[in-house]
Amino acid sequence: MTSTPAASAPLLSIRDLSTWFHTGGRSVARAVDGVSFDVMPHETVGLVGESGCGKSVTSLSILRLIERPGRIEPGSRIDFEGRDLLSLDDRAIRAIRGNRISMIFQEPMTSLNPVFTVGDQIAEVARVHSTASRREAWERAVDMLQQVGVPAPADRAREYPHQLSGGLRQRAMIAMALMMHPALLIADEPTTALDVTIQAQILELLAELQTRVGMSILLITHDLGVIAESATRVLVMYAGQIVEEAPVRTLFDAAHHPYTEGLLSAMPRLGDRRERLTVIPGTVPSPTQWPAGCRFHDRCAYAWDRCRTDAPPLYQIGAGHVSRCHLAAEPARRRAPAFAAAAPAS
Amino acid sequence: MARLLLRRAIHGALIIWLVATATFFLLHLAPGDPIAASLDSPLTPPVVRTHYRHEYGLDQPLSVQYGRWLVMMAHGDFGFSFPHRRPVSSVIASALPNTLLLMGVALLLSFVAGIALGLIQARHRGRPLDWGLGLGSLFFYSMPDFWLALMLLFLFAFVWHVFPVTGMFDPVMYPYYGFWQRVGDRLWHLVLPACTLALLSAAAIARFQRAALLDVAGEDFVLTARAKGVSERGVWLHHVLRNALLPVITLFGLALPVLLGGSVFVEKVFSWPGMGLLTVEAIGTRDYPLLCAAVVIASVLVIGGSFVADALYAVVDPRVRLE
Repeated sequence: MTSTPAASAPLLSIRDLSTWFHTGGRSVARAVDGVSFDVMPHETVGLVGESGCGKSVTSLSILRLIERPGRIEPGSRIDFEGRDLLSLDDRAIRAIRGNRISMIFQEPMTSLNPVFTVGDQIAEVARVHSTASRREAWERAVDMLQQVGVPAPADRAREYPHQLSGGLRQRAMIAMALMMHPALLIADEPTTALDVTIQAQILELLAELQTRVGMSILLITHDLGVIAESATRVLVMYAGQIVEEAPVRTLFDAAHHPYTEGLLSAMPRLGDRRERLTVIPGTVPSPTQWPAGCRFHDRCAYAWDRCRTDAPPLYQIGAGHVSRCHLAAEPARRRAPAFAAAAPAS
Repeated sequence: MARLLLRRAIHGALIIWLVATATFFLLHLAPGDPIAASLDSPLTPPVVRTHYRHEYGLDQPLSVQYGRWLVMMAHGDFGFSFPHRRPVSSVIASALPNTLLLMGVALLLSFVAGIALGLIQARHRGRPLDWGLGLGSLFFYSMPDFWLALMLLFLFAFVWHVFPVTGMFDPVMYPYYGFWQRVGDRLWHLVLPACTLALLSAAAIARFQRAALLDVAGEDFVLTARAKGVSERGVWLHHVLRNALLPVITLFGLALPVLLGGSVFVEKVFSWPGMGLLTVEAIGTRDYPLLCAAVVIASVLVIGGSFVADALYAVVDPRVRLE
């Protein structure tokens, strides 16, 4: 996944996306709160953050799979292949789902319907999005299973999800997602539920299919290891906002935002002699009550008065590198490393 | 799967035997006997009664009577009905089809209506339609069967004259009707009793189906289906309903005893010449052989129903099929 993004227009362009959950009463959960980013053709973008930061809601918003009481707020804009997805009618957005934009999910066990064969479920995509007959759709499903490296695909297609291993199930999900050669694949924690060895296989498979099909991937994960292996550009999300965006090398070498710093230092590395992993103190705040000022200030070791009152904008740090942190304006305040182990390794 | 069904069949046979035995002894514990009920007149000389008691083996010890009865049952011989003065099997042969017709139609109606209502409610969850239908089904769900039967009879037959009052066909005109007119007339007479039974269980099924559908609607694979571009209709009818039918199939096995129990009252209210009516009469006349046979047949129906439910489970859920 090292193909450089073409200098052309972005494939997907998200501006000021806000997805709020109106759970009744006065409380509104602002799960996604003013998120903007682009995905270029053939590019792999990583979206990282802890659970509850809004990364999954962001991905579901793209396909408008948010259900009541959730709502994509007015003023949000999602452009894909030159069309505004938020203004499409139901039929038009359905024609995009699973066709131009596909999704794969974390739990390959529960993401497949237990009462239909794997082949049926893959073939259904072709039946929904093309005029393929039952038989043609089935043949394409078997062919797709072969392409994603499932051995004896014709036999596997006739089996039910519970008869397959976790790795095979995720391959089946990928086959389902790639059936119509989508321009964008949204992979929401695609390897989290799998064994480490299988994880690597699935990531490799995605990379290989990406070059073959020529699609973009939006890779959502909490695992920076997965990002390091696959993504070209990284978005770090915290409390419903993007707090840092950088090319993958830059992020690992020179993270700017204290939250990113914390994430990196909480990641175990080979040859690391630390006895314990560093943790970021505190927990993710509740989406019904984001802290005033910088949403990370009460967990941040550098925080000063300004952070408690002024919400930081996205500061430009370098080429393609932005950070939502006042340290960009007052770099002198970055004293001794906030997280002991976050010091540069060499 | 075959082994599971075989085990169920053996269980079923055992239960039927237990039910038959319990019924036999319970009936004989009650005071009076068939002879007393049919010949209990001061004009009947005691000699006659003793003669009949002896002839039908009622003067034998209970254990001997039980043994004989068991042997007869094993040969498919249900004995002789004193009040009807013909073999029990022939009495039942004329009543059972009527009950099966009534129950079959009621069962079909209640499941079609119950599943459809559940679907409508689940798709409109939390909105007025869901609310209204839920209230309506709770109303029928909590209503006693005989009372509903009487009210329907009163309103539709007596006040509005929409449906006939009693019986299975028009007692006067029936012989003069052509084939299709007869079919129509029978259906016409079937509407009220079948609807009474169906309304009661449809209400229960709808509540169950709604809950099962909403349970399944929150599953990950439903999101997968939407993300594939499947329409709302396809999502509900194909992906959700198929999974949500599993718990409702269990209800199929449980609905039979309820329907059978209900049919006793409903047949009485609508004078439907079926097993229910027959059983009620047999209790009054102490018709032991007929009562025992009716109970055994009822237990066969109920156990057969849950057997069918087990088999249906395997058809719907591939995970059961392979275990």
